[in-house]
Amino acid sequence: MIYNLPFLTVVALIAIGMYAIIFKRNLIKIAVGITILESGVNLFLITLGYREGGVAPIFTNLPPGISPDQIPEKMVLPVPQALTLTSIVIGVAVLALILSFTINIYRKYGTLDAGKIRRLKE
Amino acid sequence: MNVMEHLPALIIAIPLLAAFLTPLVDKISKKVRNAVVFIALAATFILTIFLVQDVFENGIMIYVMGASNPTQTIPMQAAVPIRIVLEIDGLSAFMALISVLIALIGLIYSFSHVEERGGKFYTLFLLMLVGMLGMELTGDLFNLFVFLEIASIASAALITYEFKRGSTTEAALKYIVISSIAALFVLFAIGLLYGEYDLLNMAAIAKAIKITGLSNIDMIALILFFAAFAMKAGAAPMHMWMPDAYGEAPGAVSMVLIAVTQASLYALLRVCFTIYADSLHVVIPAAIIIFGLISIFIGVTMALIQDDIKRLIAYAAVAEVGYILLAIGVGLYGVLNNEVELYARKALQGGIFHIFNDILDIGLLFLVAGGIIYITKERNLNKLGGLAHSMKYTSILFLIGLAAVAGLPPMNGFASKIMIYESVYKVSPILSIVAILASIIMLAIFVKIFHSVFTGPKISEQKDVPKLMLASMIILAALIIFFGLFPDIIINNIVNPAVNALIENAAYISNVMG
Amino acid sequence: MKNEEMNEGKMTVIVQTIAALLFPLALIFSFYVIMHGHLTPGGGFQGGAIGASAVVLLIVAYGVKHVEEKMSEGGFSVFESLGGLIFVVVAIFGLFLATSFLANFLVNEPIFGKIPGWGESPLNSGGILPILNIAVGMKVIGGLSAVVLILALISREGEEK
Repeated sequence: MIYNLPFLTVVALIAIGMYAIIFKRNLIKIAVGITILESGVNLFLITLGYREGGVAPIFTNLPPGISPDQIPEKMVLPVPQALTLTSIVIGVAVLALILSFTINIYRKYGTLDAGKIRRLKE
Repeated sequence: MNVMEHLPALIIAIPLLAAFLTPLVDKISKKVRNAVVFIALAATFILTIFLVQDVFENGIMIYVMGASNPTQTIPMQAAVPIRIVLEIDGLSAFMALISVLIALIGLIYSFSHVEERGGKFYTLFLLMLVGMLGMELTGDLFNLFVFLEIASIASAALITYEFKRGSTTEAALKYIVISSIAALFVLFAIGLLYGEYDLLNMAAIAKAIKITGLSNIDMIALILFFAAFAMKAGAAPMHMWMPDAYGEAPGAVSMVLIAVTQASLYALLRVCFTIYADSLHVVIPAAIIIFGLISIFIGVTMALIQDDIKRLIAYAAVAEVGYILLAIGVGLYGVLNNEVELYARKALQGGIFHIFNDILDIGLLFLVAGGIIYITKERNLNKLGGLAHSMKYTSILFLIGLAAVAGLPPMNGFASKIMIYESVYKVSPILSIVAILASIIMLAIFVKIFHSVFTGPKISEQKDVPKLMLASMIILAALIIFFGLFPDIIINNIVNPAVNALIENAAYISNVMG
Repeated sequence: MKNEEMNEGKMTVIVQTIAALLFPLALIFSFYVIMHGHLTPGGGFQGGAIGASAVVLLIVAYGVKHVEEKMSEGGFSVFESLGGLIFVVVAIFGLFLATSFLANFLVNEPIFGKIPGWGESPLNSGGILPILNIAVGMKVIGGLSAVVLILALISREGEEK
């Protein structure tokens, strides 16, 4: 059960994120929703990469008490971490873009309510 | 070193290099900046032609990033590909050719009027191209996600290029929200597949699925991929961002955005035909066909009631996506039922050919509409009129685009649509009836626009569009007529390798996995 | 006097002094994280984000107008483009000097090419990795700072209206 906790958190984060994106009308809240959704996915990737008793794969900085012979079994493959990092970087760019759009919309329309700014209907 | 061997990497690297060079050169001279961008794109175009030729002659091309031997996918002491692999088969080459060609034409068009903040415009333009090309050339799922995001971010920023009109930002916001949700779906699906197979390479995952059969996790991943890529490809009912984004973007960007959309369509094809392939349930092609029909229906009916010229063309673009999806759905259905020669091959030929035709036809209309808006500063169809008096060439080009979109012979739209009608008929006559009817309505709509925009008394004295704008439109029109007159040449030389790559996916896997 | 300062988005002298003290420290830490990217956790993006947060600190303490006079958005953009350019050029060098795009052509070469053994951490190791890390770091410092600066500027303009 305790090992499933991260996955439950992932589900909760994704559900909260989707809820915010679909039901909230405030553009800032939608941006926050996307960020929460993204955190959920990132947490999922990180959880996939977790191995019990694993060691970070840094050759030059061994933790004390572990001899180099044990390393190959103990070191974890850093691919999920690399994926997460890339996804975080992309997330920052997307968030910056969404926020700058939001600011521009606020300047043009004077509101953040997604329901009131729909000039592009149909 | 042999340049031919490094083509895939160079095709992505050269526009990327130019994208970072542009803002620096922009500080020195505008002319040099334009020259840099043009040379980079022309070089990419030439390299892409070499690549396409090589792939069509010698089969799939492999490139491993950063490896000591760029063609060795599986490193020593390993059983699966670890590095990022670029894998180019007939379909990838076909899509890359379209993307670069359209970007080049769009660039020539943009030169005529983009001056203000040009450095940023061309940087984003090139990054958009990098994103598309990366998506189309890569053989790695995570790489696909990264390039998908690059293309989305660059195109969102370009959509709101004329940010003084608030509605452009609204469209861009809608686009980026939809794109990032779709991209997160893709990432989640990649995570699921990685968790199951410890693999990111598409060919390796395809092989693993083939061996172990379709598990529940694969199915969840498939649904996420399908939803995300169908959303990004603009399949109705998930098309709501498309008319906004296409309608509000500057002229050339609207056209290149079609190529970005089609890159997502390519990803959908790759997932369906290569990764999942024979393990797919018939529900998937059925869903694609239904999405296609809804897209056609919504596209034409919504186009009827528009009075903004670009928005109207954008809805026509939704309908064109519907035709492609319809043909591809039928093709996939045929492949799964082992009825390839009966109708599936023809449907796929029609669908793949229509990918090219869609971008040429709708692209030409977008360019003409962009030119009209540039000259008259007016987007409303009811306020435009009598432009044929002063814009002779533009009106002729619009007529060509109109005939092509409506599928009139001898334009290219007819060549591909007739193949779609014929092959789709074998599955169900209703499908081709809907398709033909929609085509007729489309003709009516575009004749109406032509009437209200170009004919009638002269409202005001106008110049014709700038020469470079005209040149880019003429290139497109020439391609449209050429494709319409000699469809066999195109189908035999360009479309068939792509169709073969879709039908025979074993080569895609064996080239990586040995 | 006080109100005017508040209107310009400035904070008190205490905050400004601490920010001025912390700014070089944050930059040094950022540089450390970037330079050790191939040896310890961290790297170009993380270090760059720390460097950009130093700029954010200045914006918060001194107000965006003041910061914009000292370091312009254009400068950051050039810095960012340079970073991107270095990355792609190094990657293409891998293609021309060695075997493939992004190939580590400096590995086993005299100066940077050392491959560290167990427990060693010489800075001049890793081949092109430190160079790529520096390029990414430049790009992130430039890009994130420009983003924050522009966001601060345009939201300030909005308030003034």
